[in-house]
Amino acid sequence: MSELSIVSSSPHAHSGSSVRRIMLDVIIALVPAVLVSLYFFGWDAFRLTTACVVTCVAAEAASRKWMGRNIGIDDLSAIITGILLAFNLPPTLPTWMAVVGSVFAIVICKQLFGGIGYNPFNPALAGRVMLLISFPVFMTRWSEWTIPSPIGMDAVTTATPLGLVKTTIGSAGALPFDFTGSAMLQLFVGNQNGCIGEVSAAALLLGGIYLLIRRCITWHIPVAYIATVAVFSGILWIHHPQQNLAPHFHVLSGGLMLGAIFMATDMVTSPVTKRGMLVFGIGCGILTMLIRKWGGYPEGVSFAILLMNAVTPLINRATRPRVFGAPKGGRKQS
Amino acid sequence: MGAIKAKFSAPGGVHPAYHKDLAAEQPIAEMPLPASLVISMSQHLGKPATPTVKKGDTVLRGQVIGEAAGFISAAVHAPTSGTVKLVAPVPTAAGPRATAVTIEPDGEDKWIDGMAPCPDWRQLEKKDIVEKIAAAGITGMGGAGFPTHVKVSPPPETAIDTLILNGAECEPYLTADYRLMVERAADIWEGALIIAKALEATNIYVAIEDNKPLAIAAMAEAMPEQAGAAHVVALKTEYPQGAEKQQIFAVTGREVPAGGLPLNVGIVVENVGTTLAVWDAVVNGRPLTERVTTVTGGPVAKPGNVLARLGTSSADMVEFCGGTSSPVAKIISGGPMMGFAQADMSGPTTKTTSGLLLLGPESVHAYESMPCISCGRCVGVCPMNLMPNELSQFLEAEDYETAEAYNVMDCIECGCCAFECPAHRPLVQHMRRGKAQVMLNRRKQ
Repeated sequence: MSELSIVSSSPHAHSGSSVRRIMLDVIIALVPAVLVSLYFFGWDAFRLTTACVVTCVAAEAASRKWMGRNIGIDDLSAIITGILLAFNLPPTLPTWMAVVGSVFAIVICKQLFGGIGYNPFNPALAGRVMLLISFPVFMTRWSEWTIPSPIGMDAVTTATPLGLVKTTIGSAGALPFDFTGSAMLQLFVGNQNGCIGEVSAAALLLGGIYLLIRRCITWHIPVAYIATVAVFSGILWIHHPQQNLAPHFHVLSGGLMLGAIFMATDMVTSPVTKRGMLVFGIGCGILTMLIRKWGGYPEGVSFAILLMNAVTPLINRATRPRVFGAPKGGRKQS
Repeated sequence: MGAIKAKFSAPGGVHPAYHKDLAAEQPIAEMPLPASLVISMSQHLGKPATPTVKKGDTVLRGQVIGEAAGFISAAVHAPTSGTVKLVAPVPTAAGPRATAVTIEPDGEDKWIDGMAPCPDWRQLEKKDIVEKIAAAGITGMGGAGFPTHVKVSPPPETAIDTLILNGAECEPYLTADYRLMVERAADIWEGALIIAKALEATNIYVAIEDNKPLAIAAMAEAMPEQAGAAHVVALKTEYPQGAEKQQIFAVTGREVPAGGLPLNVGIVVENVGTTLAVWDAVVNGRPLTERVTTVTGGPVAKPGNVLARLGTSSADMVEFCGGTSSPVAKIISGGPMMGFAQADMSGPTTKTTSGLLLLGPESVHAYESMPCISCGRCVGVCPMNLMPNELSQFLEAEDYETAEAYNVMDCIECGCCAFECPAHRPLVQHMRRGKAQVMLNRRKQ
């Protein structure tokens, strides 16, 4: 044989997985929620999603070119950031604000830290929170929504369910609404006020099941997160049913489903160990409930996940598995 | 006797495509003597053997051509009768060069009048068995090549109660051990009894993955009813069930301490091929001069399990299997998970060559490594419970101290992490480099 064969380190086999394939799967999993957002919010959903995706991809390409790195948009991760940021915006937001948020998410929160894999915070959430702090009025201006009423007199509001609850409990001291029966079904399918991608628990769950089947996520973070919110709100509700919302309402409203399934499970910014994922999910749940119940904002999913992002390296460190054969109890040698 | 199911399961593991069907049903075929044999003096872990022949010498089959250079070393024997043509360094499968003796066979294949056969081995003392194993130059034939006489003579203060025969053969493609168990079960079982006697071990387990029902049945049948403390253990099919520490845990629930040896938990593990070699050495008085190698992979015209003399070149073995029928991109000594890629087919068979795997261009991909996206898959599949993601980042930064603190030395290089990594990071390469550097640093201190 005159020609030499390829020599490389073992293993010589690979599972066939790739970063691009994982990102593609996440995009596929987001499709049902995209369709629901188009159904309920129409042109605004299309406008915001397109603006965010186009801006994110362009910002990624431009900033990498500017930094003299390979362009590297083919991993598709910028598309996901764009969709998720749009999902976290109210339908009335001006397009230019969505563009500003997208540039911030990609350039400041991702590329300045070194690009994919190196960002400590979920870029889409960081973009949303930057917009929320910079443009609080625009970020909390919702479209009109008919509240399902228990006494048959429908009211029209421009608040989100959680926002409505926060203001009415604050002023009247009791809940004026009863979210049960068909109202719950409306919440589940997505006929409620909110950010364009967070309204439909059904569509988000469908995507979550796909991600589980494709092994892009494991059950640990979403289940720990949602279960913690349910238990926390359940305790409050049993204690003071007049002052607190029922757990099923907490689980199905606001950004919890979107956050638990698509944002908290972001691989880069969440722990790598199974135990760490449980800690992370529980932490997200507790922080979300603290903000919803006692915080200044009606919704706390974004802040909760970002705060937990910040402690992810610590969680990884604290939950390092016991090396096989190392003494039990004294799990670490360092 | 029936098989029992493994009660335990080690951490991690992956499920690569097995491709065992290529060669599994091919009976072991003895290959005729090739025109030339290249016998390496470094076919085992430890010091290479010292050559005892020179160019022009005539040798007989079974004659010692390399003496063990110390306790952790192994003797090397002429695989056939013939003339020594050359004594010179050649590269080993893993890379570094080692002295090798080239023999031109005379075609008569005449045995030396060496070790006496001993069918009545039950009369032998422990030390006689160990001596015969050492004299036969037997080393672990599963891959690592640890000298067997060292394994079967643990320090006197160490009590060994259990012998495990490793018939897991968890590497994809390879079927050599499978064929041995199907065709030579009775001899393997007798070999196990011989080793158990040397160790004074009372329990014998034969560990086989449950995707090999014929081997499980054959081994179970070979073990007599009254064997009592002997069992075939069916392991769940998952790579790396053949890894020593993981297998010990799966079979007995005992954990070999980090940095320790199986004998620390009273166990010795022997590959089934090694066990057969022990039987051949003790009962027939024949030193280790041949082994079964699976020659397989897409491009091989007629994949099979070849009984070839040590020193047979890869090219001769492939030729025996009908040559290649499609282009070859990679030549691997061993299996796809832990084998060594070879630049060409000139490399010789050694005591540890369990497989010769040829991969076509469709199975060989060049990847561009990406930054780690912290998916955690490597952490989930690591059978040692390490965090390959973090280790690889420390090692990329050449931070060997932190890598050592994060237990890089416990890595068994099984390849599960790199197999799963969606960012195609060369994790095993990082680990190897890190382990080598840590060893170097330790020696400097």
